[in-house]
Amino acid sequence: MTNHYIDFRNADVILNMGGNVAENHPVSFKWVQAARDRGAIFIHVDPRFTRTSTKADIFVRLRSGTDIAFLGGMIKYILDHNLYDEFYVKNYTNASFIVSPKYGFEEGLFSGYDSTKRAYDKSSWALEKDEQGIPKRDMTLQDPRSVFQLLKKHYARYTLEKVSQITGTPMADLEKVYKAYGSTGVPERAGTELYAMGWTQHTVGVQNIRAMSIIQTLLGNMGIAGGGVNALRGESNVQGSTDQALLFHILPGYLPAPRAQWATLADYNKTTPSTKDPRSVNWWRHRPKYMASFLKSTFGEKATKENDFGYSWIPKLDPTQDASWLNLFDEMYKGTFTGFFAWGMNPACSSANAGKVRQALTKLDWMVNVNVFDSETGSFWKGPGMDPKKIKTEVFQLPCAAFLEKEGSISNSGRWMQWRYKGANPPGEAKPDGDIMYEMFKKVRALYEKEKGVLPEPILNLKWDYETHGHFDIHTVAKEINGYDLATGKLVPNFVALKDDGTTSCGNWLYSASYTEAGNMAARRKKTDPTGLALYPEWAWCWPLNRRIIYNRASVDLDGKPRDPKRSLLKWDADGKKWIGDVPDNAVPPMGTTGAYPFIMKPDGVASLFGPGLADGPFPEHYEPLECPIEKNLMSNQRINPVIKIFEGGPDKFASCDPKYPFVCTTYRVTEHWQTGVLTRWLPWLIEAEPQVFCEMSLELAKLRGIKNGDRVIVETHRGKLEAVAMVTPRLKPFNIAGQTIHQIGVPWHFGWLHPKDGGESANLLTPTIGDPNTMIPESKAFMANVRKLTAAPAKKTAKS
Amino acid sequence: MAMKITRRTFLKISGATAAGTVMSGLGFDLSPAEVYAQELRIKGAKETTSICCYCSVGCGIIVHADSKGKVINTEGDPDHPINEGALCAKGASSYQIAVNSNRLQKARYRAPYSTAWKEVSWEWALNKIAANIKKSRDASFMEKNAQGQVVNRTNGIASVGSAALDNEECWLYQKFLRALGIIYIEHQARI
Repeated sequence: MTNHYIDFRNADVILNMGGNVAENHPVSFKWVQAARDRGAIFIHVDPRFTRTSTKADIFVRLRSGTDIAFLGGMIKYILDHNLYDEFYVKNYTNASFIVSPKYGFEEGLFSGYDSTKRAYDKSSWALEKDEQGIPKRDMTLQDPRSVFQLLKKHYARYTLEKVSQITGTPMADLEKVYKAYGSTGVPERAGTELYAMGWTQHTVGVQNIRAMSIIQTLLGNMGIAGGGVNALRGESNVQGSTDQALLFHILPGYLPAPRAQWATLADYNKTTPSTKDPRSVNWWRHRPKYMASFLKSTFGEKATKENDFGYSWIPKLDPTQDASWLNLFDEMYKGTFTGFFAWGMNPACSSANAGKVRQALTKLDWMVNVNVFDSETGSFWKGPGMDPKKIKTEVFQLPCAAFLEKEGSISNSGRWMQWRYKGANPPGEAKPDGDIMYEMFKKVRALYEKEKGVLPEPILNLKWDYETHGHFDIHTVAKEINGYDLATGKLVPNFVALKDDGTTSCGNWLYSASYTEAGNMAARRKKTDPTGLALYPEWAWCWPLNRRIIYNRASVDLDGKPRDPKRSLLKWDADGKKWIGDVPDNAVPPMGTTGAYPFIMKPDGVASLFGPGLADGPFPEHYEPLECPIEKNLMSNQRINPVIKIFEGGPDKFASCDPKYPFVCTTYRVTEHWQTGVLTRWLPWLIEAEPQVFCEMSLELAKLRGIKNGDRVIVETHRGKLEAVAMVTPRLKPFNIAGQTIHQIGVPWHFGWLHPKDGGESANLLTPTIGDPNTMIPESKAFMANVRKLTAAPAKKTAKS
Repeated sequence: MAMKITRRTFLKISGATAAGTVMSGLGFDLSPAEVYAQELRIKGAKETTSICCYCSVGCGIIVHADSKGKVINTEGDPDHPINEGALCAKGASSYQIAVNSNRLQKARYRAPYSTAWKEVSWEWALNKIAANIKKSRDASFMEKNAQGQVVNRTNGIASVGSAALDNEECWLYQKFLRALGIIYIEHQARI
């Protein structure tokens, strides 16, 4: 999130699209309601009518997987009706920048496409620079090659008629949403967007969010109270686990993971973002300091200037290697791995094409599974279709403490890092995860000390001294993450103190300032609110630097005055020469004086209406999902995203417009369960409330298929099938897609064969192995399925999935 | 729900669930007798604050534990600025995560081709896991790739997890994995 949960209350228009805030983030909905109490308009756009829709001032439906068409229509509407914030667009975005004359777009493809590689050569998408290397600009926005004019041209095709044909949303509904949301393009009105996996789990996931970012910057809604693009993430610490880099492509604090072509630290540092524009802060220019400090926190005294601070001991990816989730399980399926950790995860139910994952687990020599309860992953070897006597995989299942049985911090979607205390003892021999990994590594190190082995240096030289009085101490890790001045041994006050010469250490620069000589900032509980905007600067701590709203200098004019005095997030005190309000992003003077552009993490310093960095184009373009109900993309001849990686063969099957699978299917969550259900299916109160998997369908589809509410049905796709209870409801309705009736169904994904016995299977047995080309997040929200009534008596659980 | 809740049925509900959150959630004005009953249950209990483990809103939870370190009550933290004491169905049930006979309590091992779990000691499990790690690492370690570039990585081990870990544990876990040379490091954020 650029903003935070309580900030919803500061908005005038709230759009929840790609999510179901009332059911999946229930308590945060009180802040949506608080905004409505102030007169705000709440809009819900979704394939299904949910409990969120019941509270919406405007609810409209769209077919799963057509969000870019919907949002592209909104961009056109905003431009056609001059609803954009002209000051903001000119000063704080790249609207005035000039794009290379080589740039082009035709029939769904941007310039530079190579169909054999299924990839773009992005050089023609470059922004033009003058002889000093500073981007060329036309502040009148009239140049035909200006970003603004290209944006207009690109979305001119997204007419109400066309969008309506693609999305199935009536034109009047589209206009209602566009008009209401477009009303926030003035400084005195704020609009915010709340999304979740309804936007990310698509082959155009990143571009869904880019489309909304374009809208938010056109309307001047970024960097203001009540604004932003806000990801309502699914897990309590998925923000923190991302920040701490439990992902193949990054090191903590979003430093790029080293690759083979960067042989030395100097090579690595050559990739540091740079700018020639003196008015761009380009904060990433400090990256070498953060990398050196990270290496010092990793190898301690063994990291020296002479050995590149141990850079060579950090594993390197091949130059273009993608080791993300879908590829990981594809490699496991092929037998690449002998060992595997499933630590606090249940991929046998959570992964797209879960049937493939379950097969992949049989190819391992060993697996370590750490969890609070047993899961379909830990016990995969005795699951449906498995014969344990034929499965070689050795499985270790280790019991860990639950959240209330250990101490440490987690970061919510609003980037608030909050401390938890140990409230009770874990049961039996269960231990906190930190203790388990700490002891496990000591065992590995002891083996390398004793027996040697291949390249033992990274293991033997690792700084692994997080003990107090002989026991693992989480506070020592929290301090390591914050960082030290190694000369004085004192905790650094924040990342500004970090150096690239090995005199400082810091586990994650973004979290520097969280645990200082003044104490553990995440544990603070003071509710002061000096701005009156509910920033609560002394409640817990927030990255970066306790800044509660990111890019907040975009909320002021060139003299540093709040553009909306009612929501004064930040103002420049000319006499005191300082900013008052939120922690400024960052502390340079206002732009009208000697200051710098507000978007400090972008090399150009401004928001990108034109985004030349992504794999699939500088502007979002509508493509159909991998599996879709129509033969032709009504927007162009390019049916699916042209750069997605296609997995084919073996368990990877897919089909479009196959009469065997005529219905659009989506997966979703219910309030009473969480993810694959490992932490909810074992709780009697929750399983009583939502005991089994169901398939939600419209009255019209039920009639068509002779299904009654409560009947048992089979839902199936090319990958797999499951039994479910039919939930026949007017909450779903058929869509009119270019004159054709298209039905949509939905299945929650919280269940699995292990428990409860009659609860049903994972909806991910149905979903395809396909991902977004930028992130490789699977497309679990739009695929094709069939549903039919189960005529025989309920099938007994047999060895068949 | 059409069910009319009388005071009598209300007391039955609250008695059956034994959770203070249910009472406060219904918004009734409790009579002195019930207040006394609630006080008794958490009297002398150790009170700590925590943050809910489910979605990413970050609601505050108060945990009450008895002198033996056993949870006796969990409820929404009224001082927390985000949830102001409220919890959803999941958060309000977090008591049952702690007090639950289905919890894993001992390390378990499933041998190759075996049809059953066997309980094992931590010492035994960790020793065997460490030996497995070393064997897989040493067998699959690649110092240089096909182009002759130094990569120093372990191709034969992968990891997924976890957004359910604390920040400090996540950081420590990535340190552990990267020290082993593992590059296939993924978790919930990708899916």
